[in-house]
Amino acid sequence: MSEWLERHVPKVVLAPSFVAILFFVYGFIAWTAWVSLTRSRLMPKYDIEGFIQYERLFAAPRWDTAMNNLFIFGTLFIVISMILGLLLAILLDQKIRTEGVIRTIYLYPMALSMIVTGTAWKWILNPGLGIEAMVRGWGYEDFKFDWLVNSDLAIYTVVIAGVWQSSGFVMALFLAGLRSVDGEIIKAAQVDGIPTWRIYSAIIIPSMAPIFLSAFIVLSHLAIKSFDLVIALTGGGPGYATDLPATYMYAMAFSRGDIGQAASSAMIMMAVVFAIVVPYLYSELRAAKND
Amino acid sequence: MTDMTVTNARSGGLSKIALRWILYILLGIFALYYLMPLFVMLTTSLKSLDEIRTGSLVALPRDVTFDAWRTAWSGACTGIQCEGLQPYFWNSVLIAVPAVMISTLLGAMNGYVVAQWRFKGANIIFSLMLFGCFIPFQVVLLPMATTLGKLGLAGTIPGLIFVHVVYGLGFTTLFFRNYYVTIPQELVKAAKVDGAGFFRIFWSIFLPLSLPIIVVTVIWQFTQIWNDFLFGVSFSQAGTQPITVALNNIVNSTTGVKEYNVDMAAAIIAALPTLLVYVVAGKYFIRGLTAGSVKG
Repeated sequence: MSEWLERHVPKVVLAPSFVAILFFVYGFIAWTAWVSLTRSRLMPKYDIEGFIQYERLFAAPRWDTAMNNLFIFGTLFIVISMILGLLLAILLDQKIRTEGVIRTIYLYPMALSMIVTGTAWKWILNPGLGIEAMVRGWGYEDFKFDWLVNSDLAIYTVVIAGVWQSSGFVMALFLAGLRSVDGEIIKAAQVDGIPTWRIYSAIIIPSMAPIFLSAFIVLSHLAIKSFDLVIALTGGGPGYATDLPATYMYAMAFSRGDIGQAASSAMIMMAVVFAIVVPYLYSELRAAKND
Repeated sequence: MTDMTVTNARSGGLSKIALRWILYILLGIFALYYLMPLFVMLTTSLKSLDEIRTGSLVALPRDVTFDAWRTAWSGACTGIQCEGLQPYFWNSVLIAVPAVMISTLLGAMNGYVVAQWRFKGANIIFSLMLFGCFIPFQVVLLPMATTLGKLGLAGTIPGLIFVHVVYGLGFTTLFFRNYYVTIPQELVKAAKVDGAGFFRIFWSIFLPLSLPIIVVTVIWQFTQIWNDFLFGVSFSQAGTQPITVALNNIVNSTTGVKEYNVDMAAAIIAALPTLLVYVVAGKYFIRGLTAGSVKG
């Protein structure tokens, strides 16, 4: 008995976590998938009816807005964060004496809760008292910056706050990448008199392709899961102009009492995440095996 | 001839100095961009409401007052209750501390098994746990709400601890696994020959080596759990809300006069613990952030 235990103790130790993940991740995904195929409203039902929830979802203007917003927000958030992050990393890579301090400043927003970030930017972007009022106070009486309360532009305020929060992190990723490029090659290029910008554009940046991919994965993951930032900054409003899939799902689940819609929208979110993450993870795991 | 080289060198030096200046100015401008919201939050929290209405967003406070901080801590209304952030701050502590400890401990054991005691299927188990890190939590919200209800944990702090442990396991296991996998397997083999068992080897060989990764994991988990909003808002009720939910309620409560200074003080209070961790242990914080995304 004790010998058996000795031999199987690693499995016994891993078992509770494994069972928990199996049940609370995969079991729950299965549950949500199942319910997304039923007519569940306030209470879950378990008779499968086909894809009616998805048909309802794709016919709902609010979901349409949410997906459009995800596209606008996701694209801008990822592109701007990457460009800004890369720029900052290159600037910081020039043997800056105060690099440590500056890096700390660029990265601290990542330690904040999205609710805090949203609260801060909600105040800064408040038309009556924030930036708009400030610039008007300088004498530019016609200055207008009311994106936060403008249904067509409010989604861009989410981009502003999101980029502020995450670009420092992208900078840290790129900086680590820049530092890992082989110094000998750069030295050789410098000896040959190749200008610095060419060294970056032709040697360093192309060699960082894996980091671009990592940054893209992390940022797109953040974008799809964005929930708290929208809640704190705009509350999904004006109306539902800044709804994202995550806020749509939450509204259906907890305030509209429409479990079928909540489940089907959650499944779509997961499909989007997996379409991006699974190929990446798969290649990572394979690479790890080959090491 | 000599003259020319001297001037050349000098003008080269000058443009180099000019470039350095431009570089530092750019870096400074970006630093201002990142600091501006924190600066605005801090100054706004120290102003009176009158000064906020009449003054400029970026102006320093004329009369510094801590009233807003006092209200935010112990008097601001989150819906019908007006006890400030204080009780919710402690809720977050009560949720985060046990959840961080349990998930870190389990992650260490799991990582140790997956990295050093490979058995058939261990890799599949690890892959399944890893994939679990990346699901959007919306996909488990509904069944978790039902399950917590059945377990009698709906709206309780133990319920939230449980949720954070379960969905933190993937990451903590990943952190420890990636750390332990770099330790040569001969070490375990040699210890086994000497008659040491599974726990003994963990306790006297691996744990003493683990301080850096424990710090990384604890910081990562603490930041995640302290800053969590989705689980907090979905699985708590009036008395058990974490601080992020309470902050959002204070900011978006529609009763009475809008007290922007209180909102800002409350936001800073909610941010302080993780900011403190970041300032004190930034190196480990960054390591955690990049652990999942950069190999090696």
